[in-house]
Amino acid sequence: MRIAVIDENPVRAAIIEDGLAEVGERDVFVISERSGMARAIESIDPDVILIDLGNPSRDMLEEYFAVSRAVSRPIAMFVEQSDDDTIGAAIDAGVSAYIVDGLSQRRMKPILDLAIRRFQAFSRLQTELKEARDALSERTIIDKAKKILIKKRNISEPEAHKLLRDHAMNSNKRMAEVAEAIVTAEQLLGGGL
Amino acid sequence: MNIGFLPLVDAALPILAQEHGFAEEQGLHLNFIRDVSWASVLDRLLYGHTDAAHLLAPLAIATTLGRGRPATALSVPFILGLNGNAITLSHKLADVVAPDGKLGDPVAVGDKLKAEIAARATYGHRVRFGVVHRYSSHNYKLRYWLAQCGIVPDRDVDIVTIAPPFAADALASEEVDGICVGEPWNSVAVERGVGRIVLVTAQIWRRGVEKVLAMPAERLDNEREKIERLVRALHFAAKHFVDPENWDANANILARSEYLDGSAKLINRAISDRILLTANAQPVDVPDFMFQYREAANFPWTSQAAWLYSQMVRWDHLEYRAEDQLRAEQVFRPNVYRTALKGLDTPMPGANAKLEGSVTGNMPVGSTQGRLTLGANPFFDGRVFDPLEVEKYLDSLPKS
Repeated sequence: MRIAVIDENPVRAAIIEDGLAEVGERDVFVISERSGMARAIESIDPDVILIDLGNPSRDMLEEYFAVSRAVSRPIAMFVEQSDDDTIGAAIDAGVSAYIVDGLSQRRMKPILDLAIRRFQAFSRLQTELKEARDALSERTIIDKAKKILIKKRNISEPEAHKLLRDHAMNSNKRMAEVAEAIVTAEQLLGGGL
Repeated sequence: MNIGFLPLVDAALPILAQEHGFAEEQGLHLNFIRDVSWASVLDRLLYGHTDAAHLLAPLAIATTLGRGRPATALSVPFILGLNGNAITLSHKLADVVAPDGKLGDPVAVGDKLKAEIAARATYGHRVRFGVVHRYSSHNYKLRYWLAQCGIVPDRDVDIVTIAPPFAADALASEEVDGICVGEPWNSVAVERGVGRIVLVTAQIWRRGVEKVLAMPAERLDNEREKIERLVRALHFAAKHFVDPENWDANANILARSEYLDGSAKLINRAISDRILLTANAQPVDVPDFMFQYREAANFPWTSQAAWLYSQMVRWDHLEYRAEDQLRAEQVFRPNVYRTALKGLDTPMPGANAKLEGSVTGNMPVGSTQGRLTLGANPFFDGRVFDPLEVEKYLDSLPKS
């Protein structure tokens, strides 16, 4: 079976390609360039096309499928509406698929399920990365706020830390939020830090 | 409620209904899910990710008739606006076919375009247009205009689909010679100096239906009362939208990153009907460029659905079928609009259908509530569309 993966995000495309390769008996082709996409599909002649929901080329592709005789009439994935759960999960994960007419639901399902898992894994990875970045910037702002407290109130670093933490706990806020308020106030009031 | 949309100026009414509190007054909270292709907007709508969506009117009908996908009945209780699109040509082509400094006349531009297409054909060049979707009013109005000017769209030119954000790029790279898209994307091409606006679609059909609020028919029927509240919120947003007092504020809201993520200046031009035709010029007034409220513009006339069906038959080369016309007309739900806005200070047409293109000057028409006067609504060729005579109408059109 020939599978084309269209994704402008090369990392996600690689993750999907990798997953599909593990299942075996499949040729997987990745297209990450918008220009020449139609020609690329034509030369691959895929049985299944996986494309992320956020890809702006979907309307162009559907038009191409509708008028082109070069590709054997792929149709949007929900043509066999028997499996709404899979389709719902695919849309949740942000993946859509076009399947060449005649390919059975049974053969298609494992591929779609795998693509869904890979898309989910990718977005988890994105979330973790973002959290890691946020945590880094939180630490920076807490350090800044502590420096302001140390200077203004003439206290030690552990005392500044305790002050921040206690205030956060009492006001039901995160330390970073309290720290941000301190830094903002300091900037507004023209502090030198 | 979750509302799907594409970042276009005519997604304004649902966004502003939420932002200005009209939704809240109706006990609704609207969340917005932005996509970059109509295919994704439609997927989310069909699979319940969204409750309703900003959608191309012809696509709502095509989905109901099962064109390109399994048929799912959609319903349209409210029209989000009329027109608002333009035809932008590369400078190279515009300089040959259109006057400088003002909008062209559709017949004159069409005549010159026909000659230019023939001239280019002698050295093997085909003129290419980009439209936003196969099932869009952009495609249908462009083809209507070309065909009436003696150009056979499927024989003489190429018409391809281009996502709106790439339209200016496609002009710049000479991938296409012209685009027919909604705002702000024509203006983006103009600002970048890659094209010139030569016509607006309002010149082709003065009161042509554009985007609609669409949802699965089943949802509308199951949640009728809630949908009527949504229609009321959109109605108040439309009334607010056309008041010049609010243009600046509305442009700023729509430009925000969670909505159109674009330039407030360009958005403001579209909503105030002031269009910059070419780079480094002054914007010109284009009356009725976008038409969002007056003359019961939001009323879903079944005759407009019928016209869209006639063009689907024409360009998809389908066999005309009376039952398909009926299914297409039933996508538009004037009775939901009627009950939703009953008792409000808004004119309500007496009929659900009209002769499209038949009004040449201000004309009072029958109404069941308030007083309704329709303005001129002609097609540029003066043809009138009678929804009861679709086959005869199709026979009268230039052959393709």
